[in-house]
Formats: sequence, C-alpha cells, structure tokens
Amino acid sequence: MARIDLNHIRHAYMPHPKSDADYALKEVHHTFEDGGAYALLGPSGCGKTTLLNIISGLLHASHGELLFDGKDVTRLSTQERNIAQVFQFPVIYDTMTVYDNLAFPLRNRGVAEADVDRKVRETLEMIGLADWAKRRARGLTADQKQKISLGRGLVRSDVNAILFDEPLTVIDPHMKWVLRSQLKQLHRRFGYTMVYVTHDQTEALTFAERVVVMYDGEIVQIGTPAELFERPKHTFVGYFIGSPGMNVMPVEIDGRNARLGGQVIALPGAPKAGAEGSIELGIRPEYVRLGIEGMPVSISKVEDIGRHKVVRASLEGREIAAILGEDESIPADPKITFDPVGINIYANSWRVETGG
Amino acid sequence: MLELRNVTRTVAGVDHISDVSLTLQHGSLNVLLGPTLSGKTSLMRLMAGLDAPSSGSVWFDGVDVTGVPVQKRNIAMVYQQFINYPAMTVYENIASPLRVSGVNQATIDSEVRRAASLLKLTPYLDRTPLSLSGGQQQRTALARAIVKNAGLVLLDEPLANLDYKLREELRAELPKLFAETGAIFVYATTEPHEALLLGGNTATLSEGRITQFGPTIDVFRKPDDLLTAMTFADPPLNTIVLRKSGAHFLLDGGVNLPVPAEMAHAEDEVYTIGFHPHHLAPHRKTPAAVPISAKVSITEITGSESFVHLDFADARWVMLAHGIRVFEPDETLEVFIDPRHIMVFDASGRSVAGPQRMAA
Repeated sequence: MARIDLNHIRHAYMPHPKSDADYALKEVHHTFEDGGAYALLGPSGCGKTTLLNIISGLLHASHGELLFDGKDVTRLSTQERNIAQVFQFPVIYDTMTVYDNLAFPLRNRGVAEADVDRKVRETLEMIGLADWAKRRARGLTADQKQKISLGRGLVRSDVNAILFDEPLTVIDPHMKWVLRSQLKQLHRRFGYTMVYVTHDQTEALTFAERVVVMYDGEIVQIGTPAELFERPKHTFVGYFIGSPGMNVMPVEIDGRNARLGGQVIALPGAPKAGAEGSIELGIRPEYVRLGIEGMPVSISKVEDIGRHKVVRASLEGREIAAILGEDESIPADPKITFDPVGINIYANSWRVETGG
Repeated sequence: MLELRNVTRTVAGVDHISDVSLTLQHGSLNVLLGPTLSGKTSLMRLMAGLDAPSSGSVWFDGVDVTGVPVQKRNIAMVYQQFINYPAMTVYENIASPLRVSGVNQATIDSEVRRAASLLKLTPYLDRTPLSLSGGQQQRTALARAIVKNAGLVLLDEPLANLDYKLREELRAELPKLFAETGAIFVYATTEPHEALLLGGNTATLSEGRITQFGPTIDVFRKPDDLLTAMTFADPPLNTIVLRKSGAHFLLDGGVNLPVPAEMAHAEDEVYTIGFHPHHLAPHRKTPAAVPISAKVSITEITGSESFVHLDFADARWVMLAHGIRVFEPDETLEVFIDPRHIMVFDASGRSVAGPQRMAA
C-alpha cells in the first residue's frame, strides 16, 4: 500500500476556468498516510467524488500533481496506478462463480494458477464467503455481491490503495452494521490505505480514522470523529456533522461571557484576538441541558426517537435543539443551560480559540 | 379511510403479499417499515390500484375500489427516483395535474405558487428539472403531489436518493406539509430511524406480511413478536437464547438475569431475550443492573457516541455508549443490562414480557 500526496490539486470541468467559482475542486494540498483509513464527507456537489476520481485516475486534474509513495502518477491511467475500487453498485460477473470473480483480476495479470488459488482462498476467508466459492454470483444478495466487489480489490496484494465510492448505499440498514464492522476489522488486520467517499456522516465517522469534510470544492476540516464533534472548525462542520446539527446563534462577547439577547452565557474562557466581525456561539444539542434553572425557553416540539428525545425549543426568539435521555422528563417551567465544555465561538463562521 | 381486507397478491405461485388487513385514517401518516423485498412497494401498488389483489378487497371511504385502476382514483405517488417532465418548467411540472383536471388558470396559478413556496421552489419555477439539484427535483415531485389534492398519497422511499442533511430537512417538513391536507399518507422506508423521526403510525413488514401496526413509538417500544422487534431496531436488536429456571434466566458463567414479574408463572423453557444497544452500558447505571462479561470485537466512534461490537457466547451484540469509549479488540469487558429493559419472546417468537418504563 502507498502514501498518497496531493500537491496543490485543482480541477475545473470547463476548458478555460477564470475565477475560483469555475473550479469544482478549488485547492487540495494534503497527504493520505500509508495504511490510513480516510473518509471524504460532504453534501452532493462538494467535490468529494471529483477528488476520489482524481486519485483513481478516472479524471486527470487540471492543476497540481499526485504522488504515490513519492512517485509522480499524475499522468498515469487507472490501470497503471494499481488501484482497487468499490462502487455504489456491485461490479461483478453474474455468470461466473464467486471464486472465478475473485480469480479474474489475477488471471488477467498472468498470475500462476497455484498463486491464484492461494490468494483467492485467503480473500474468500477474509470477506466471509468461503462457503459460497462455487456458487454463481447471480443469485446472491446485494451485500454478498458488494463483498465480492471488495474481495476483487483485496485479492491483489500489490494495490496501492482501495477507494470506495458510497459502497453501502444499496445495502439494507442491518447489513450495513455487519459490513462496516468487517471493513474496519480488515483495515485493522491488514493495514490497507483506504479512501471512502460518502454523504452519510455515520458511515464516515465510524469507518475513518480521519474524516475530510468538504464543502463547495474545498476541505473545511480534517480531523478525528471526536475533533469534528467537539471542535468543529467551521459552522458548516457543526451543522453537517451531528443529528440534529450544532445550534449556532449570534452573540456579543464581553470578556468571559457571551450575551444573547437578555441572557448572559458563561464561556470556558475569553475568546482570543480575531473575534471580530460576525460573532456566533455554537453548541451541540448534546451539550444543552434542560432543567429548572438557567435560561427560560418555550418548547415547541418533542420528538421521541426511541433511544433519546429531541426537544425543539425557542430561546430568546431563536430555535434551539436539545437532546434529552430516554427516561428524562421535561420540567413544567423548562430552563436550559449550556455545558461549557460544548461551547465554541465563531468569528465569520470560523472557530476562534478561547483562552484561560 | 382506506381499508385493506385480507389482501393477498400472488405472482407466479409466489405470495408477494400475504393476507394483509389494514385500516388507515384520513389525516394520518403511516410508515411501512421493512427491508428490501419485504413487500412495501407491492403493498403500495395494491393500495393505488396499480395492481389488483389475487384475493381480498380494497375499500376507500366505504366504497369497494378493488380492481379500480389508478387513473380512476385520486392518488398521488412519489418514488425514490425523481420523476418529473424533463421538457417542462418546474412551474408546468407542478401545474400538470391541475391542467389535466381542467382547473381554471387563476386557481392553477395560486395553487402552484402556494406549493412552490411551501417547498422552497419559488426561485426555480422557470427552470427545467434537470438543471436543479436532486433535492430540488424531488421537491418538485412532492409539490406536484401536493397540488393534486389527492385522498391518498403514497411515498415510496422518497428521500433515499438524497443527501443525509437534505433528507433530515425534508423529513422534518413532510409531515407538516401533508398534515393539513387531510389525506391518508403512506411512507415506505427501510430505515427504523426514519420511522421514529416521522412518528405517526408504523406497520412493520416481513416477507409480505404485516407483523404489527400501531403508533410508531409503541411498535418500537412494545413489539408483539421477535420479528417486529428485529425489523424495528437500528443498530440491530441484541438477542440471546436462554433457559428460564424459576425466577431467573441462566447465563453462562453463573450470572443470573431475573425473570420479569409479568412472566413469573411462565413455563421453565427456552426463551429469546432481546434488548436495544442503548440499554447495554459500560457501567452500572441503576442498582438493578446485571453485569455480563463480553469480548470486544471492534469499536466504532462517531464523536458523540461509541458503538462497541461485542461477542457474548455465540451472539454478536452492539453496545451504544455516550461519548468516546476506546476499548481494545479482544478485551474482556463487563457490561450492564437493567432487567427492566429486556423483552422476552417464547419459542414461537411471541412476546411474553415487554420492557418497562423507568421513572425519571
């Protein structure tokens, strides 16, 4: 497997791009470490698939270079890059057996039949399809077919990386849990370099060690799931990750306090210099506490979603969401407080540090 | 109201829908929940009159409409794929059902503008659907369903092809949009989480049968049988088969799980215990909680929650814990379950004891 360097990659689908707006991918300068599991997460049109296609060679970037283990592969074809790909819909040969589907990429490359047999059996074991080797692919379920697609990537020991493009979209929810945990185990055991594109935050956060959040052709934050949850760098990350997303409200800063209408909110520290322009306070629903003390709210709706409740309320005329435990009840005269651990301050949508 | 009476549909000797009876009221939102091929789309086609039942009957407001084709009934459908007229503007797409029914121009205009404003399409009325995003295309299809003023609105996984966040937004709006029309809404989904967010009523489907129908949160909390409990769980329901011996279920390793009071007189035999992942905890939350030793397989962390996959005997469980919990694979972990959270099913899968609500 390989380390992947993206050096000042930009891409426009039009022939003569003039301004930034003409670029589907504005500027990506980043390294995917050898053996890392990465997810590219963002809404449709954010450039995540464009970036994946540039790595795989389906697309050649208009600017910048791409290195695999320090070797320039910018001009190489997909085949020359030695990449395995798993797409949204399983790509398999319906008339072949499961075994032959896995053997195909090896036989194509002229691998000796004894080695083919050893690799195919190993891979079938890994993806849990050993008992299905002799079955034709046609009659299999969607998740089994997707496992074959994955197996065809894993069977070649020389691939530089495995790229996934929304691989679980057509899989039923229960099977997603199984496939996700198997993928994670495979990564743990064999240390593949994996890049996984999805618009589903749960998939991205559970799969990846580091998640690359993209918006409008740019990377807005790269971080561990915990960093993205606790310290979103941009209000977009706060909104996009989490369900419901982060509450964001305009405030005025006064030393270690924030003012929201008639309310004063204690901050974990005074925001550092740079807190000018449009100042906002962000707090995730998980850190909003509902009780009998604090800021008065009026509750508009309670959504009981089983393992917890989502409370929709109005604070100083602004909508705010709070999460309440399954067995917790709502006080008659509800008030809220913010857990200081969960407070972030934003200036012009970008997070600013707070000092002691 | 819409009534299905003992409806069965057989295709080439195979039952696609088996003996379904269901009554849906005006102004209600009804979710059909089940995995792919469980019969959701087949059932909707029978409701619409796109297919006729092999046996049984379909009634609408007291009139037998079995075999009446969809064109002769006032029904709106929205599918997973965004279906619009590509050559028409968004305005004309929304207006199309009104034009067909010969409504006057002034009414058409006001209806189209009202629907467009509800679905945030006003700026795009002069555009054609293919120049819009997926979310806007599906909003166009939904707006057309709204102006049709249909008595029955069938939504077949309408948000499945949309981005996660867009889905969240539209899902919150849909019940509100349709509530005031007084129509009967039927919404098919494979996702338990989506059913819970939509609320209303839920019918769980498995292999062409409805296993349970009732208010969504009740079906989730008090499933009548194991199949319903498993269909309506995400992460998947944790289960284990145990033998009852007097007042306890026996677990390996000498751990005892008390038998719920409501089944104190039940036979000593083998039962399936089920409980939700969020009821398994890495620490003792209540004095009654019972410790169980399980082996960590893998941990998934989302930032706000951790999903810990555990092996216990030959069962695979998921524990959903708040915050970030890092456990090493193969580590043996003591986890806790409060017996009040367990569901007990007999050998035929029927519920014999349900979870109890805890006081706050």
